[in-house]
Amino acid sequence: MVRSGRYTRLNVYLLILSVLQLNLHTVEGVWPLPQAFTSSTERYPLNPQAFYFGYGRQSAAQQGCSVLDSAFRRYFSLIFPDYTDGRLHFSQYKPFTVEVSIDHDDCEGYPNEDSSERYNLSVSAGQASLKAETVWGALRGLETFSQLVYQNDFAYYRTLLMLNFPRFQFRGILLDTSRHYLPVQAILKTLDAMAYSKFNVFHWHIVDDPSFPYQSSSFPDLSSKGAFHPMTHIYTQSDVRRVISHARLWGIRVLPEFDSPGHTTSWGKGQPGLLTPCYNGGTPSGTFGPVNPALPSTYQFMARLFKEVSSVFPDSYIHLGGDEVDFSCWKSNPDVRAFMQKMGFGSDFTKLEAFYMENIVNITSALNKTSIVWQDVFDYHERRSSLSVVEVWREGCYLCEVRRVAKAGLRVILASPWYLDLPGPTHNWARYYTVWPLAFKGTEEQKKLVIGGEVCMWGEYVDATNLSPRLWPRASAAAERLWSDEKQTSNVDKAFPRLQDFRCKLLRRGIQAEPLYVGHCKHEYQGV
Amino acid sequence: MSTTLKFTALLLALSLCRGLRHDYIDNYIDNYIDEVTEEEAELVAQPSKYGSLWPLPQKVQLSEVSFKLTSSSFRIVDAKDSTAGPSCSLLQDHNNNILPSFNNPDVAHAMFVSTDELSVNQPYAVLKAPKVWGALHGLETFSQLVYEDEYGAKSINSTTISDFPRFAHRGILLDSSRHFLPIKVILANLETMAMNKINVFHWHIVDDQSFPYLSRTFPQLSQQGAYHPYTHVYTPADVKMVIEFARLRGIRVIPEFDTPGHTQSWGKGQPDLLTPCYSGSKPSGTFGPVNPILNTTYDFMSQFFKEISAVFPDAYVHLGGDEVDFTCWKSNPDIQKFMDQQGFGQDYSKLESFYIQKLLDIVTTTEKGYTIWQEVFDNGVKLKPDTLIHVWKGNQQQYQNEMANVTSSGYRTLLSTPWYLNRISYGQDWQGHYKADPQDFKGTEAQKKLVIGGEACLWGEYVDATNLTPRLWPRASAVAERLWSAKDVTDINDAFSRLSVHRCRMVDRGIPAEPLFSSYCPHEYKGI
Repeated sequence: MVRSGRYTRLNVYLLILSVLQLNLHTVEGVWPLPQAFTSSTERYPLNPQAFYFGYGRQSAAQQGCSVLDSAFRRYFSLIFPDYTDGRLHFSQYKPFTVEVSIDHDDCEGYPNEDSSERYNLSVSAGQASLKAETVWGALRGLETFSQLVYQNDFAYYRTLLMLNFPRFQFRGILLDTSRHYLPVQAILKTLDAMAYSKFNVFHWHIVDDPSFPYQSSSFPDLSSKGAFHPMTHIYTQSDVRRVISHARLWGIRVLPEFDSPGHTTSWGKGQPGLLTPCYNGGTPSGTFGPVNPALPSTYQFMARLFKEVSSVFPDSYIHLGGDEVDFSCWKSNPDVRAFMQKMGFGSDFTKLEAFYMENIVNITSALNKTSIVWQDVFDYHERRSSLSVVEVWREGCYLCEVRRVAKAGLRVILASPWYLDLPGPTHNWARYYTVWPLAFKGTEEQKKLVIGGEVCMWGEYVDATNLSPRLWPRASAAAERLWSDEKQTSNVDKAFPRLQDFRCKLLRRGIQAEPLYVGHCKHEYQGV
Repeated sequence: MSTTLKFTALLLALSLCRGLRHDYIDNYIDNYIDEVTEEEAELVAQPSKYGSLWPLPQKVQLSEVSFKLTSSSFRIVDAKDSTAGPSCSLLQDHNNNILPSFNNPDVAHAMFVSTDELSVNQPYAVLKAPKVWGALHGLETFSQLVYEDEYGAKSINSTTISDFPRFAHRGILLDSSRHFLPIKVILANLETMAMNKINVFHWHIVDDQSFPYLSRTFPQLSQQGAYHPYTHVYTPADVKMVIEFARLRGIRVIPEFDTPGHTQSWGKGQPDLLTPCYSGSKPSGTFGPVNPILNTTYDFMSQFFKEISAVFPDAYVHLGGDEVDFTCWKSNPDIQKFMDQQGFGQDYSKLESFYIQKLLDIVTTTEKGYTIWQEVFDNGVKLKPDTLIHVWKGNQQQYQNEMANVTSSGYRTLLSTPWYLNRISYGQDWQGHYKADPQDFKGTEAQKKLVIGGEACLWGEYVDATNLTPRLWPRASAVAERLWSAKDVTDINDAFSRLSVHRCRMVDRGIPAEPLFSSYCPHEYKGI
């Protein structure tokens, strides 16, 4: 059954590809660009009072499927933004039904690294048929369908045949809630906008040096002492659950990062003994450095914390950080130096860091989690086989690093070219579009190890006041690179009007997306 | 501003007397900090001894004695000897015809908060100002003296302040042509200007890209030249609302109708206004600057500026005059003929001068003063002695030379070059804005006095309602303090500390002012 289904899809795919060139303009309203499609030129009106979502008879998911039921409600309002019950009467219109069919009932599950997001969409007069292997694929299809509807005073559609799937399985956005606290509302709104650009991973850089807003049930002091404010600037367990469940309904994975051993100043406030005391000459200076890797108590603490985190965050990935560890404090501390001697590390502190990270990776592996680390860990690590996924973030020849990681047989996530917290000075969205993640010398197998990319919005200069316009629509440029076929989307001039159009769509949906250049949207942003 | 006051609990007596009497406040401490940190080192926000006052008043004496404020017993009343009674619109929020202007400058206000000897438990504040405009600034200052404890209880310390602005013209330019700015955004920013004691809104209302000003005399200008004739225009009622809203906050509205360049959008609704460009011997179908050789041009300008002078009550109008491209004029045979007739030879700046002089004559008949961009001065156009020259070009060396040249010719001048806030970069660029001083150029004391102030410009190529407010604030606040406070207020650390709290106050008042660096506000931005 499944096998024959795939067969049919392949045929459709070939058919579509053959007419692709002729029809590019007709789906220009969809961002990111779908993989393959063909569409008619005539258009038909859509009437909100005769518009229905439904489940196909063969569908494994039926009414009661939480993911799709809520998606139907959401997308109805997105397709008919002006609809107010009972005001419009166009009884002359024929009914239109979007019939959704799913191969596997994963309605109550979470999206994961293997979730298929592939779907087929066919729109004909009076009905649309959306077929996907999973509900997550159906969500992507519903998003595409909503973007296909013309919002030209009234809603219109065109008949169409489409096969769509992402180029990369990992398409993430990092938000940093430590440099500035982001109210839950700002996170939820970002998740909405992510779904509009088909992002599927929210990388929650939840704690760092400046503050520890995650309220741990095992170690409540971490936030009560380490957050900016113990009551108003924390994420309670229920806040975290709210973010995860909101993300799930949008088909987005929530991947927490608890970065150590560096970037942990705020941890030390609520967990005495965790950080390394720095020495000035022969006496402690009163300041603290990275996590103390020489104490067994450190690993006991980490094991308990990660056990909690693993059960709170359902995703199978967890980000362990490991970047930018400053060795000067370790060097100053006599106990750490003694430990180095004992372990036979000599004076090579990268070995100490590798030792620490390996312990942390082992803790999370025992919890059945796949760990992601920043590239620093890969660079310093001798026994790289214990690592799984490496995130490349440094500037310079980032593809050189991607190649090194892939050559070592590890999976890669690319972030270097997508540091969107840099606001300018050129406002150059094209810089984020003209990124070629696989343009390195390597085998097909090695290229497959590049599982995706991530937009990073670090928080030094970003909080709820400016997050949305700094993120959108520039992140959407990265979204197309990560979803669409590179050959069809390599031209900046072709993409520009489409992205402008998409940006206006984001505004219409209440997302505060900044302008790309002079011009206007039919519905301007009405906030302040 | 007013909401804060509603919750305060002090008897504030307003006294508006004709002359400011300094005699009752003779014990100020004149102890401004003179340490200047040159490098943009990492700044640490520590409580400033000036609390959160921004811009810093000229003379402040804060004491440790504090009073609790409760909303139930807080009142603002007119003093018995005040010339403005309960009918004063600006203080009571009613209508009246007073306008902020150069002739009625907001030169000074004074404030005194202390215990009333007669009723020790009833503290009061006295605010004296020669004009209502000073009183408005004093009320803002008063609101900034009020602070909150962790439970929201409000207090104010016994304080003596004597204050006046260093420069009379403290402006912000917003560009509503490259992108249309909904009225709501303009009003919110006027509100924020008042929080920063900015007193001029320079409305760059039209330009090449669109003509959103709905002219009663020439309605086709916006009908044809706006992005949309109904949804993207400023109606007479909108303009009136902006002017009145600004007036109630002591802000002048100076409109800019930039000619002869930057006028592409004018041509759509006013045929024959622009110069037809030629390609060889034939018109190319494109248009250049305003056509300076036709009488109809000047008839149009007379009527148009007659309307403008009636609609905008301020004594000044900005006439632009920047960036005139001569290539189209050069291509046009009629213009060449005219140049010959006038004996201009090939010097097209003479033609520009010819146009500008006729325009200035026209505007003079409307009894308005005028401001022009520096090119008009640079090109040697004959100007009236009271013309205000707006400097915007070049690097530091160049603009300082320009300021020296302009003032040595006896003209008054305004500076904008270092304050192009549409230019963005990573990090704390507010420090650069803060350090620029408009009187730092080689010249006599008399020349320095001709510098009447400056303007922060936020050009609209990449700015609209989605990102305007966080891009402008708190960066424009740095300019505001430079233009208001004494020349020797240059302590960047103290500025950082006060500005951090001031930014949180703007956020608390509903303005999405972006963060300066990693930090938090007690009340984060909620308007998501």
